[in-house]
Amino acid sequence: MKKVWKWTGTVFIVLASLYLLQRLLAPKYAADVVEGALIAEYYSEEKDHDVVFIGDCEVYENFSPAVLWRDYGINSYIRGSAQQLIWQSYYLLEDTLRYEKPDTVIFNVLSMQYNEPQREAYNRMTLEGMRWSSSKAASILASMTEEEHFLDYVFPLLRYHSRWSELGAEDVKYMFHTPRISHNGYYMRVDVKPAENVPEGRILADYRFGDNAWEYLDRMTALCRENDIRLILVKAPSLYPYWYDQWEEQIEDYAAANDLLYINFLELTEETGLDFSTDTYDGGLHLNLSGAEKITEYLGGVLRREAGLADRRDEEGLAGVWEEKLAAYEQEKERQYAELQK
Amino acid sequence: MLFTSYAFLGFIAVLFLLYYLIPRRMQWGLLLIASYLFYFIAGPSWLLYLLATTMATYLAARRIEEVGVRQKAYIKANRQQLSAEEKKAYKEKMKGRQRGWMLACLLFDLGILAVVKYTNFAISNINGLLRLTGSASRLDFWDIALPMGISFYTFQALGYLIDVYRGTVEAEKNPFRLALFVSFFPQLIQGPISRFGDLARSLYEEHAFEAKRFCYGLQRILWGYFKKLVIADRILVGVNTVIRDTETYQGAYVFVGMLFYALELYADFTGGIDITIGIAQALGIEVKENFNRPYFSKSVKEYWRRWHITMGTWFTDYIFYPISVCKPMLKLSRAARARLGENVGKRIPIYLSSFAVWLATGIWHGASWNFVVWGLGNWVVIMISQELEPLYARFHRRFDVRGRGWYKLFQVLRTVFVMSCLRTFDCYRDVPLTFRMFGSMFTRWNWQILWDGSLLGIGLSAVDYAVLLAGLILLVAVSLLQRSGSVRDRIAARPYPTRFLIWYGLFLVVLLAGAYGAGYDASQFIYNQF
Amino acid sequence: MEELLEILSDLHPEVDFETCDTLIDDKILDSFDIVSIIAEINDRFDVTVTADKITPQNFNSAEALYTLIQELEDED
Repeated sequence: MKKVWKWTGTVFIVLASLYLLQRLLAPKYAADVVEGALIAEYYSEEKDHDVVFIGDCEVYENFSPAVLWRDYGINSYIRGSAQQLIWQSYYLLEDTLRYEKPDTVIFNVLSMQYNEPQREAYNRMTLEGMRWSSSKAASILASMTEEEHFLDYVFPLLRYHSRWSELGAEDVKYMFHTPRISHNGYYMRVDVKPAENVPEGRILADYRFGDNAWEYLDRMTALCRENDIRLILVKAPSLYPYWYDQWEEQIEDYAAANDLLYINFLELTEETGLDFSTDTYDGGLHLNLSGAEKITEYLGGVLRREAGLADRRDEEGLAGVWEEKLAAYEQEKERQYAELQK
Repeated sequence: MLFTSYAFLGFIAVLFLLYYLIPRRMQWGLLLIASYLFYFIAGPSWLLYLLATTMATYLAARRIEEVGVRQKAYIKANRQQLSAEEKKAYKEKMKGRQRGWMLACLLFDLGILAVVKYTNFAISNINGLLRLTGSASRLDFWDIALPMGISFYTFQALGYLIDVYRGTVEAEKNPFRLALFVSFFPQLIQGPISRFGDLARSLYEEHAFEAKRFCYGLQRILWGYFKKLVIADRILVGVNTVIRDTETYQGAYVFVGMLFYALELYADFTGGIDITIGIAQALGIEVKENFNRPYFSKSVKEYWRRWHITMGTWFTDYIFYPISVCKPMLKLSRAARARLGENVGKRIPIYLSSFAVWLATGIWHGASWNFVVWGLGNWVVIMISQELEPLYARFHRRFDVRGRGWYKLFQVLRTVFVMSCLRTFDCYRDVPLTFRMFGSMFTRWNWQILWDGSLLGIGLSAVDYAVLLAGLILLVAVSLLQRSGSVRDRIAARPYPTRFLIWYGLFLVVLLAGAYGAGYDASQFIYNQF
Repeated sequence: MEELLEILSDLHPEVDFETCDTLIDDKILDSFDIVSIIAEINDRFDVTVTADKITPQNFNSAEALYTLIQELEDED
């Protein structure tokens, strides 16, 4: 009997201490690099979305679900993350379908440019927030750079073991609970840094998208078709990274061949009223709040017209949820403007 | 599969489990399969070299033994008929046959090693000569990767061969068993170089699970990982920075690099051996120690008795003694004594054969001139201290300092320093460059870097230095404790909570302070290319 | 035996070779000493100690070494 206690006690202490260490050492993405927190936030949502966005920073910085609700009564969520690679988008879609079946999925096509795993840090931000499922495992395996190990994803402690020397108050404070960063996946920025001298894209040896990228776009299209989901391709209006004409052509052809709606916001500046001297916070890479609201407004019109999405503002429960969300949205807006004034 | 990879940890975990689950008579077979699998993963084509050496050694050893058996039987059967002279002549004849087999196999095994390891060295020297003679032609280098651990397993196989020839051990009848002895995976990468007589029995025996022995093995493995991951791989960043940029890092940096390398090499090599011996111990197999707190040595000669012991004894037993006591050498010595005097004559065997040993040691470590110079550098230092011995003796008679703590400390530090100086050849891997860098310590007076914060600019942060310092203190403390007996025994005598805290604490230290994963290169064991 | 002890004492006057039986185990004799001893034995006893006879058992004590010498003399 004594022996049993000894061993249960030992196992308990070991597991508990390792768990606590892992919580303590993993990055919290609460004050710094908050983009890392986006993917995980989805799971605590009420999952009844009409529209789900997937893609890289060109979705989570450029579209505002709050506007879609406020002006169109469309309930949407952005599953975006920094440098989300197309297979990661695909597996996030798979993951999302475990919880809900939206009417429309919007995918931003910029990530077609990447055919291979890129950088560990971005992998981490996209993959860590996902709940465990075969989709997550597949996504990790598809994304790992050569130096990475699957085990480091299973036990993040192995990856972050050396962070003990840079721990801050934040790590203790947010050990078990992190504050909500996004507004339905949208990451708000209100500051302005006008776009000047946007460099031309440098000449590439080969403008064709890679096989791997195509394969996942095909799988995405097929998955949506199987589930009766309308897939819309978009290219956000960001001036940089440069969007080549040759790329545009390939996407246009693909959309036509697969009967998909494709919206290139780069060509719609007049219609959306986008002004790169006021609507970007980093010289044209990403839109700020005013830019995001402008193109979302436009997108809402398209969704109403082309996808026939209904106005759900009269649904009581949903309206209640959104009332709170909009309040938080406005509050954050004010806080940021006030900060800017200082 | 590096010792520090997840794959390797998984590999040994599965092996431990299977090893104690399967019927015990199959244990050694499992080890053979594991060893070949380990080697196969490292390089499938390398298996051919391993197999060739193993088979040649097996066959030659069997032949040598057969000849011996035949000789004894013949003498026994014809005891009456044969005269003493005839017996002796017959013995000589058979011994000659045995020698023939032994030498043929020796040349074959060494031949493989020489061809894969030294061909490119030979080519580069030939090209150097061609350049000197003004010829424009050059030989192309041979594109070949050195099979992992070939220097180690070849020596281990040769040791067995010679021992059979000498009659010290019996030839192994089962080729698979011999294959296991040659390829036993924990020591394949970097030794120790075990003797058949020491290792074989415990390798083939059946081993029941013994909790204490198993735990001791795991503890040893953990300690090895501590040395390797927390200390060696961390300081390696600093060592590499200093060594690779020879324009920037001169003068006092060379000194710093030297000392850092001393720590790095020690932690890496002894840590790797701890892992090796620990794995063997967990399997119930006894592998001979390869180190005996070498940095506590009071002289270079003593250091070489305590550092990489199995290599040192290999060279002593199979090169030094055979050369120094062979008949021609004894004759030479006698002749020299008659002509050049007692003092010179007595030294000749020792000088010549230790020269051969250090030349071989140097070239064994690597196929390039810097290793040759390094090896001979050791020889010179040892010979000088040998010659100075009477002087020391006089000094010690005059001043009674030998028992004093500070004098011992001085001797120890002196040895560490001398060894570190010699190792600069190993660091810079180029003889003229080494001399230049070593000289810069005296010409480029920049010792202020030791305290003006420059050392934070060689890839090591303040946190790194703190960890290294703490790690070093722990290393020294454990070494001091070891002098009066096993540290593991001492810990095992404590109550469970204390024991648990110590070992789990060490585990956490390795887990948290180990230099592994993203941001750190998977640095290979320094010794595994030799 | 006397002669052997003389050889040994010349090398290490501080050691009592008549009683010590851990010459190798306690690292009193090193490889250089052993080679010197063998050269001397070769001179005075006219026997050749080959490398394979250099084992800890044979060199741990003067006694053992003397036995070895006698064996070698018998063989000749």
